[in-house]
Amino acid sequence: MSTEQTLTINGKKVNFTPGQTILEIARENGIDIPTLCYLDRCKPTGSCRICLVEVKGARALVASCAMPAAPGMEVQTESESVIKARRMVIELLLASGEHNCMTCEANGECTLQDLAYKYQVETVRFARPMEYFPTESNNPLIIRDFSKCVLCGRCVQACNEVQVNLAISFGYRGTRSKIVTKGDVALEDSDCVFCGECVRVCPVGALVEKKARYMGRSWEETKIRTTCTYCGVGCQIYLHIKDGRVLRVSGVDDGLPNQGSLCVKGKFGYEFIQSDQRLTTPLIREGDGFKEATWDEALDMVAKRFLEIKEKDGPDSLAGLTSARVTNEENYLMQKLVRTGFGTNNIDHCARL
Amino acid sequence: MAGLATVFGSGSMTNSIAEIEDADVALVIGSNTTETHPVISTFVKRATLGKMKLIVADPRKITMTNFAEIWLRQRPGTDVALLNGLLNVIIAEGLQDQAFIDERTENFEELKKTVAGYTPEKVEEITGVPANSLKEAARLYAKAESATILYAMGITQHTSGTDNVKALANLAMATGNVGRPSTGVNPLRGQNNVQGACDMGGLPNVYTGYQSVTDPEIKKKFEAAWGVALSDQVGLTVVEIMNAVDEGKVKGLYIMGENPLVSDPDSNHVEAALKKCGFLVVQDLFMTETAKMADVILPGTSFAEKDGTFTNTERRVSMVRQAVEPVGEARSDLEIINDLASRMGLSWTADTAEKVMEEIAELTPSYAGISFARIEENGLTWPCPDKDHPGTPILHEGKFARGKGLFTALEHREPAEAPSDDYPFTLTTGRILYQYHTGSMSRRCEPLEYMAPRCEVEINPDDAAEIGVNDGDQIMIASRRGEIVAAVNVTDMVPSKVVFIPFHYAEAAANRLTISELDPVAKIPEYKVCAVTLKKVVNAEAGAEEEAKAAAQ
Ligand code: SF4
Ligand code: SF4
Ligand code: SF4
Repeated sequence: MSTEQTLTINGKKVNFTPGQTILEIARENGIDIPTLCYLDRCKPTGSCRICLVEVKGARALVASCAMPAAPGMEVQTESESVIKARRMVIELLLASGEHNCMTCEANGECTLQDLAYKYQVETVRFARPMEYFPTESNNPLIIRDFSKCVLCGRCVQACNEVQVNLAISFGYRGTRSKIVTKGDVALEDSDCVFCGECVRVCPVGALVEKKARYMGRSWEETKIRTTCTYCGVGCQIYLHIKDGRVLRVSGVDDGLPNQGSLCVKGKFGYEFIQSDQRLTTPLIREGDGFKEATWDEALDMVAKRFLEIKEKDGPDSLAGLTSARVTNEENYLMQKLVRTGFGTNNIDHCARL
Repeated sequence: MAGLATVFGSGSMTNSIAEIEDADVALVIGSNTTETHPVISTFVKRATLGKMKLIVADPRKITMTNFAEIWLRQRPGTDVALLNGLLNVIIAEGLQDQAFIDERTENFEELKKTVAGYTPEKVEEITGVPANSLKEAARLYAKAESATILYAMGITQHTSGTDNVKALANLAMATGNVGRPSTGVNPLRGQNNVQGACDMGGLPNVYTGYQSVTDPEIKKKFEAAWGVALSDQVGLTVVEIMNAVDEGKVKGLYIMGENPLVSDPDSNHVEAALKKCGFLVVQDLFMTETAKMADVILPGTSFAEKDGTFTNTERRVSMVRQAVEPVGEARSDLEIINDLASRMGLSWTADTAEKVMEEIAELTPSYAGISFARIEENGLTWPCPDKDHPGTPILHEGKFARGKGLFTALEHREPAEAPSDDYPFTLTTGRILYQYHTGSMSRRCEPLEYMAPRCEVEINPDDAAEIGVNDGDQIMIASRRGEIVAAVNVTDMVPSKVVFIPFHYAEAAANRLTISELDPVAKIPEYKVCAVTLKKVVNAEAGAEEEAKAAAQ
């Protein structure tokens, strides 16, 4: 492209389009600059200072997520001063809260933990503030543990710029800063619609799904990609499975059409799958109630009765209702059965309803 | 979606979900998008933070109105008048896309004659929408480079549903907003696989891919493939089936994954009919209200226990994958139907979902290019006519599926049941965010049930004051067909003299009240308008009893 210009990152010449940030260009070229607060599809805030890089000639380190590239720039992403600065930032973040990984849900998929590991930050030299806002855990969906919140603002951006639910923002000031709903009420009394987008983007263990807590570590789970079973949007989801049970649900990051986003039903509506109220065996009517039956008994009876009715009263005395809930393949077989086995076109479902 | 199929030649969303975000203008009508299609609503809301201007037309003050440039609050059941009014302004001010009209459509002159009678002033009389707002909305929509229309059950669930859809198509065609990115007329389908159930021929008049059962050539093709003689008579629709059961004409009924006793209009009638059914088989996950009436119940499996595909509202065919073993002895519907087929003397060979999809692809031109191997990742949007075809996100590019787009001249008709002295309120029903359909799945999920545990009827503050009820009071809602008791939610969401009830709650089933009056073409019941009366439940015990009953269920 004629509009392309070049700069160097870690001594390597790379092309870019004017308007791109240093971070974007680095990522395009497979150069890893760590980030914490940076959120895809949102305006960079540059607040966490983890993505600092050294630009030759600049007086201070710059936040690569917010810095537009200029032609001829010479950027260092892992220089000594960069590493020193990052370690300081990480240490301060660790000191700002109760980052005891042992029982934290985020253990193993925590950006802060990964950063501490990568930059070998072992000891925390700074005194800890001992008082935190109390953990909010009264609703069965989302736990907010303020002792682990690093105030990166990703949840605020996810809620306001991605899902546009406008439920949370930064509240109070300084060391008393807190992510708040309007009026600092509990989530369930606020504009929050429990889409779970904030949980998805929280880089630490400050936002946790209550039902999944203490149920399994991320590395113990198998993730199966599938399609949400509720509304017609057809969001792409992962079912997280451990020991044959569905532990939780997450959105597929680049999945179409939802690009990782979900709503409360897709995110928190999975318990019905293994509910103890599920029907587990065929049932045949007996007076006012039902008796359990084997599949052979039940299916023989169904086939026999349908064939009898067809014989006696003709094919059009039978009908089938297929379902907007089951798969295409099952719908196909159902209409095929009604059309070929019953011999009628009396087949419909509640599309209209 | 009979209306769109008639005028465009295809009844589905014309454009893809992703495109919505780039539209200059969106008209959201009859869709409470944030509650019923939450993730689609995020595309619209995000876009309004940028360049998009949003027009919302809805009798209720839905969340989307917070993001709207213009909110048209029409009286329930007056959409045709409203849309004719928009066209009246567009034509009067010369804002139509004449080149598009001349080249790609027919019957514009008829339309012009009819909408001439719908001046903004007259439309204000019928709909209650101020003439000035109507004019502004018309200009905004017509002048946009790309304008998209999103609609849902608020448009279709009326006796005039088909007309409403055609009126939307008129609006889009008159302004050239079809067949280009970020435009179109887009029905948002309610349930996850409604689109797929229709595509697969779960309809009385068509085989897969909307191939007509009355077309001799098509019938021959299916007879050859399936190896049996087929009926060339169009079958009965859902509501007609229930009537036929009631009349004793249908004696054997096989219901898979549906709960018509709660989902269908006029449930008292459905209940009476099912009681008479000679032999009723229900296949479901749970002991639903309908299953309780069955002669045989077959336990099916949920989406997490089987392989297959769903087709979403934008025609995207995506994979469903087994993640856990079926509970107890439950079996997938695929397995059950296959087994039943062989017991009925049929010899079918496709015993896995993948093989069934191969059979579907062979018989269905629009699915011909779809196979499990191709949709491992992101699915394909039909029409996908061959194995190399990339899918078709945008329909009607360059040419409508039926050739020329058809304008339809439409007159406003009042809903089937108007409010009267005895039933002075208009009831409108719908969905809420935290529950789904008849609740058989969502109500068994603690987080969802926690957020919306009981049926709440929305009542305007003025009406609440008049009846003497407050938030949380029990109130009886009665129509000519039945009555229910629910808790009051006093809110300006609804205008005066209109009440809203979600239909998810069996213990306060809104469909005991609704009317089974159908749109004559699409055969969709008029869920969105019927006349009711409200009465405060004075006896505190009665209220408590109702609550206890609810808790027990
Ligand atoms: S809750 Fe999580 S995402 Fe939100 S500010 Fe705190 S650490 Fe960041
Ligand atoms: S769950 Fe969704 S609506 Fe609620 S705070 Fe998080 S992002 Fe916002
Ligand atoms: S996650 Fe929500 S929006 Fe997405 S398909 Fe499921 S119910 Fe629909």
